[in-house]
Amino acid sequence: MSLAEPPLHEVGDAPGGGEADLTPEPALHRALGLTDHELEEIRARLGRDPNDLELAMFSVMWSEHCSYKSSRSLLRTLPTAGEGVVAGPGENAGVVRIGDGLAVAFKLESHNHPSAVEPYQGAATGVGGILRDIFTMGARPIAILDALKFGDPADARTRHLVRGVVRGVGGYGNCVGVPTVGGELVFHPSYASNPLVNVMAVGLLDERDLTRAAAPGPGNLAVLFGSTTGRDGIGGASVLASATFGESHSADGAKRPTVQVGDPFAEKLLIEASLELIGERLLEGLQDLGAAGITCATSETADRAGTGIEVDLDAIPRREGGMAPFEVMISESQERMLAIVRPERLEAVLGICRRWGLPAAVVGRVTDDGDVTVVSRQGVGESGTPRELARIPARALTSEAIVYDREARPPTHIRRAPAPGAPELPHDGLPERGMDPGAVLVALLGDPNLCSRAWVTTQYDATVGTDTVEANERAAAVVRIKGSRKALVMATDANARIGLIDPYLGAVTAVAECARNVAVSGARPLGVTNCLNFGDPERPEESWRLQEAVRGLGDACRALGLPVTGGNVSLYNESADGAIAPTTQIGIVGLLDDIEQRVGPAFRAAGDLVALLGETVPGLAGSIYAEHAGTAPDDRPPDVDLTRETALLAFLPEAATRGLLRSAQDVSGGGLAMALAECAMWGDIGADVQVSVASAPAAELFGEGPGRVVVTVAADHWGDLHALALRHELPLRRLGTVGGDRLRITLTGEGATGAAEGRGAGVADEVDESLAVLRHAWQAGLPRALGKAG
Amino acid sequence: MVFPGSNCDRDALHAARLAGMEAELLWHEDPDLRGSDLVVLPGGFAYGDYLRAGALARFSPVMGALGDHAARGGLVLGICNGFQVLAEAGLVPGALLRNASLRFEHGWVRLFVARHDTPFTRSVPDGAELRLPIAHGDGCYFLPESELDALEARGGVLFRYAHPEGNPNGSARDIAGVLNEQGNVCGLMPHPERASEALLGSDDGMLLFRSLLESAATRLAGMAA
Repeated sequence: MSLAEPPLHEVGDAPGGGEADLTPEPALHRALGLTDHELEEIRARLGRDPNDLELAMFSVMWSEHCSYKSSRSLLRTLPTAGEGVVAGPGENAGVVRIGDGLAVAFKLESHNHPSAVEPYQGAATGVGGILRDIFTMGARPIAILDALKFGDPADARTRHLVRGVVRGVGGYGNCVGVPTVGGELVFHPSYASNPLVNVMAVGLLDERDLTRAAAPGPGNLAVLFGSTTGRDGIGGASVLASATFGESHSADGAKRPTVQVGDPFAEKLLIEASLELIGERLLEGLQDLGAAGITCATSETADRAGTGIEVDLDAIPRREGGMAPFEVMISESQERMLAIVRPERLEAVLGICRRWGLPAAVVGRVTDDGDVTVVSRQGVGESGTPRELARIPARALTSEAIVYDREARPPTHIRRAPAPGAPELPHDGLPERGMDPGAVLVALLGDPNLCSRAWVTTQYDATVGTDTVEANERAAAVVRIKGSRKALVMATDANARIGLIDPYLGAVTAVAECARNVAVSGARPLGVTNCLNFGDPERPEESWRLQEAVRGLGDACRALGLPVTGGNVSLYNESADGAIAPTTQIGIVGLLDDIEQRVGPAFRAAGDLVALLGETVPGLAGSIYAEHAGTAPDDRPPDVDLTRETALLAFLPEAATRGLLRSAQDVSGGGLAMALAECAMWGDIGADVQVSVASAPAAELFGEGPGRVVVTVAADHWGDLHALALRHELPLRRLGTVGGDRLRITLTGEGATGAAEGRGAGVADEVDESLAVLRHAWQAGLPRALGKAG
Repeated sequence: MVFPGSNCDRDALHAARLAGMEAELLWHEDPDLRGSDLVVLPGGFAYGDYLRAGALARFSPVMGALGDHAARGGLVLGICNGFQVLAEAGLVPGALLRNASLRFEHGWVRLFVARHDTPFTRSVPDGAELRLPIAHGDGCYFLPESELDALEARGGVLFRYAHPEGNPNGSARDIAGVLNEQGNVCGLMPHPERASEALLGSDDGMLLFRSLLESAATRLAGMAA
């Protein structure tokens, strides 16, 4: 379909066109992505037929992307209350108090579909959009994390997407001067045609600067500032984000004009101007323009304040002539903000915008009728009475938009794990290497999902802002707060491999891992943001997956005592190859009270004791090891013991505060062996450890069961640490000692011997590799997988 | 000095204040430099780096005052994008081209300090190398071969990339920072203001800021005498 087809194009433009002409073409609503049922619902809310402009406004606001119509009823089940939460779901970003009059704003958002069509601009505008959500709240953005998911790295199209997306994230983030400090890079075949670009932004604000995206006070002015309005991104929300991709990539190329184009320079000016306007107390409300453009910004701010807004269409600064009213109203041109301003403060507001070189114009005023009204003088002359082109109750577009309870049904065939010896990815080389654990570890270190991300992260500015203490390659990033001893610790995680087998468990695993990643540094997790990436909700199986994931997200957050402060839903992530693996992306920000007490993952000093908190959980399904080596068809992913996770979240900050930990590293992808290798490589010092194996050496070494942390402790603190673990009812097992320039993992116990016999003679019962070998495998992994020398 | 699109302005302010300077932000439209002894042109993307890095910023109203300040012997430090602006304005020799890798490069480098008798490096101990971050897409220093010889002969090369990290962007003769002929204007690609505290990975950058503070103080004392 094309929104530029003549019938629609002409309606609003037609000078003096009578109301009778505005009766929609019979199939127009369908062309706009609305169903017949939805048209009926619109008629019911208006008490009449909508005209074409109104229909276009409904189509974008009732799109899945804006209305959350398939997920809204599910999201209501999530726990949102929590200590210090000052803004929760429904606002542009969640905001949590951190003491000293400060608060942190954070949110995750997807830009999947645009990135699939035009990777550079899709990713760039994804960064721009989430940053606007942060500074709209009155917070200065201080960090970006990006969670990227692609298909097989050997595939040419994947490489094209990786290159474009990475450059887009960097091109935008580097220019606006917000450090990119962490994220995820995941390869899985289900993302081949539909990559995921989820971006998390974190901002810091003085609580007094907290700004609402509302339009209070009839008579106040609506000021649009930032870039001008053009034809880019017309229908992005409805056309791109709310429909499944077609069979051919070339057909999807036709959707390219629906992707917005980013201007990070304008965004940088927008950040500074917005924060100055907020700091000077000149605004009553502030909303950024994202999906559905002016229609969304006006209806949402009006609805939140219980007011209406009259939009003067002719006053909106355009970047091109001949734009139809519907194009102006739904354009997704980037880098625009809508401010609600008292008339007496208008001059001051315009002055600040002028100083930053930003076009600004009064485009409407707040009314008390609860409607979003669009008026224009076009065709009636300067002196004539403005003509009303549209009038829709604001709430009909937003809080009272249509909601669905989609039919949900578990798939009849739940795919569990690849059969033994049938790896999912073609670049597997393990079977020929037998089961030598050292060789397995080296292979895992070079796996595209586990190896060093330096090829990507060196393209991001991670140190601008002079607050970055730890970034990238780490489980969580640490960003200090100037003028205090505090620091924010942030991470984003998902587990699509487990989600594919069990979406409920995938969500629980992601929450647990993300919280653990924040806690290992000694921080207390404050709240959870999320991005739910799923397929077509109109298919009962996909609807069930979404339902299960939301249930898991809610259960895990309730058990861990973490409020969900915001999030985003991205549906229709499908192509002819099928839906993506259910991906519940989690973002968590934690607070470290004293930066000097932070704990890093790297081994520190020879002689320190290495120990494992937690116990091995059976199950290899969903692990990277299983992807290489296969696993039994009836194998399950490891369960999550949320009681144990809760204990870890309490234990780790306490141990850090008491100075008992020399290092701490979460056990996740690649299992215990991988965690030990990372601690050793990053600390540039080896270790000699013994792992007692009861029955299954692969699960002990490479299983990704949750609830485990590798810690090191100075020998004279061992007793205290042990007592603390006992008090928190956490198993703490001593593994060995830090030292040397090799990683030695000796397998002991019954399971080790049995496994050796099963494998035949000549295969070692130990890992014994030099750090140089480990590091080489780890560093070479990504350039090799992507076919790049550098 | 804040240009529209500068993004290391507050970082430079933070570092200058840490070093003990009285520092404030100047605006690109300011008619004068408010009596500053030292002007820092910060990193970032002035005017979005549209057209070419630094190419538009050199036309900012304040650049006239900056040129006068430099001609009078006033101190100017251009960092990263600030270096690009100085080069575009002809206040330091050379040009900054696209990195040899054709990618934006972020990381840590080591700098060899060629001279210790300049206002920028007087507090750097002999033999000390500076560990600083880089973050740029256009940092490949270029000057025609013959002019490079002349630049080196007059002691105009102040910083060179050193091993083990080496030259990150393909700069001619590993040049990371240069001086103008008078020796009072310096441009460099790495970020000393980001290496301002051990917590951030290095505080080597403070050696430059402390050198500049001492130099300004000495110059003032000389003028008073």
